[in-house]
Amino acid sequence: MSQVIKGKPIVSGEAKGQAVVSNQPISFWGGVDPITGEVIDRRHECSGTVITGKVFVFPTGKGSSTGSAVLMESIRNGSAPAAIINCKTDPILALGAIVAEELYHKTLPMVIVSQEDIENIQDGDNLIVQPDGTILVNPLE
Amino acid sequence: MPLNLSPKDREMLDGKYGEAAKLAMSIVVRMAEVLEVDELMDISQAHIDGCGLMSDASLDFAETMARLGGKVAVPTTLNMIPLDLQNWEKQGVPQSFANKALRMAKAYIDMGCIPTWTCAPYQGTLTPFFGQQIAWGESNAIAYANSVLGARTNRYADFFDLCAAITARVPKEGLHLKENRKGQILFRLMDIPEDFEWDDSFFATLGHLIGRIAQNRIPVIEGLRGNITSDQHKAFGAAAASAGAVGLYHIVGITPEAPTLDAAFQGAQPEEIVEITLGDLLEARKDLSTIHTNDIKINAVILGCPHFSFTEFQRLAESIEKNHKKLHPDVRFIVLTNQMTFSLLKRSNIFQTINDFGVEIVLDTCVFHSPIVSAKGQVIMTSSGKCAYYAPGELDVKVVFGNLEECVRSAVEGELYREVKP
Repeated sequence: MSQVIKGKPIVSGEAKGQAVVSNQPISFWGGVDPITGEVIDRRHECSGTVITGKVFVFPTGKGSSTGSAVLMESIRNGSAPAAIINCKTDPILALGAIVAEELYHKTLPMVIVSQEDIENIQDGDNLIVQPDGTILVNPLE
Repeated sequence: MPLNLSPKDREMLDGKYGEAAKLAMSIVVRMAEVLEVDELMDISQAHIDGCGLMSDASLDFAETMARLGGKVAVPTTLNMIPLDLQNWEKQGVPQSFANKALRMAKAYIDMGCIPTWTCAPYQGTLTPFFGQQIAWGESNAIAYANSVLGARTNRYADFFDLCAAITARVPKEGLHLKENRKGQILFRLMDIPEDFEWDDSFFATLGHLIGRIAQNRIPVIEGLRGNITSDQHKAFGAAAASAGAVGLYHIVGITPEAPTLDAAFQGAQPEEIVEITLGDLLEARKDLSTIHTNDIKINAVILGCPHFSFTEFQRLAESIEKNHKKLHPDVRFIVLTNQMTFSLLKRSNIFQTINDFGVEIVLDTCVFHSPIVSAKGQVIMTSSGKCAYYAPGELDVKVVFGNLEECVRSAVEGELYREVKP
């Protein structure tokens, strides 16, 4: 189903990709391999999924404060998701994306949406993230 | 709401205090905007976790800041570094890896940080005090500083920690403010048998369970018996901060902001009440292991996640002496600690016991960040909830969680030993 979600951009940018959706929080350190982009937290429901180029949709980050470094390394290596959509700001992930932008001038858009809206995004949906935080879900061509 | 900056904040942003302070302040300001905060506040101490991960991004960041003339403005301790600075050659760490880690160490030392290299800074140098506003990285240290010491820090990310140390400023929000430190979810321990609670795996198990349920809410725990040691708080907080985003917890009658249940919630009602039974704890303990068969061959025991304290070494020595046995030749017994604890150990009467058993003491670093254990597919055993949580993903190993005695006995026998348990 096609729909439009209004989110708040915490890192503003444009991205396009297929949604990988989880309702579990994740720690990027210990949770995502910054070289391969694979989810490596074996207790996480996305374990084994490669999130490179996908729009990674999950409630928020958790755990290790090294998550920012892993996200930034992923951005540096080109293995990062195309964008991240959460329903609660995780300062650790936000910082990783902000420092990557300051240091490498590479933008990973990060958008916060409501709990209700995040539940309307299904795994495999085609998403377009716009700089003002608007998310187009399965847009009609 | 627009962000109000002080004159000095603006001068930093304009580059009056140098290029590093300018970059650091611009990152602090961007974070304040993300968090929709209207002002910044001072901090008087920092602990940096950004030195811990050996990634090109981490090195780029540290060297950029150092090259731009970055200097920390407050006393700043350092988390572990991805290298045992004393023993890395013996450990077979590749020269190219070591060179990068040494560059990282140099960058942080050049910026005026204190080379503590530990993930348990609260058991060593410059322990923060009640009410002190600080900026700490390292999830387990954050949980300890907030909960046990009553200092105030948010869960600061790698790299933000250095920005805060250079500017001595952070967004005024979150756990820096008293009203955000009240409990949110109440955990009631229900009839937990006393011997289970005295077992040294109890606190890591409880932390794992509570972290998993609380996630990013502030947990309050009611019904714990007796006094809790620094090491037990460490085990609990590290596990809770791994399984969830726990940056602050209250234990009624024990932690400083929770003299009573009412104080822990600052007079408010819990959002949720969770009763914890022995069954829940047994399930959580089981969840910390990834294999559950009977005759498991153990390849390595890893202790000291977070870094082993002197009192933990004393308990290890007791267990070794009690068993009167030598380490099994096929098992590595690795204990991670820092130079402060190690210097005490060398002056103590237990150093020989520890050495004779065959313990490999690893300094300054972490098994997840330094290539010390090439354990892919192997089975490791640990008494740490944090290590048990992260090892399967970070080291690609199977993990068995057990108490200290079980770890020592398993290391002697070369296969899993379990004490009889309820």
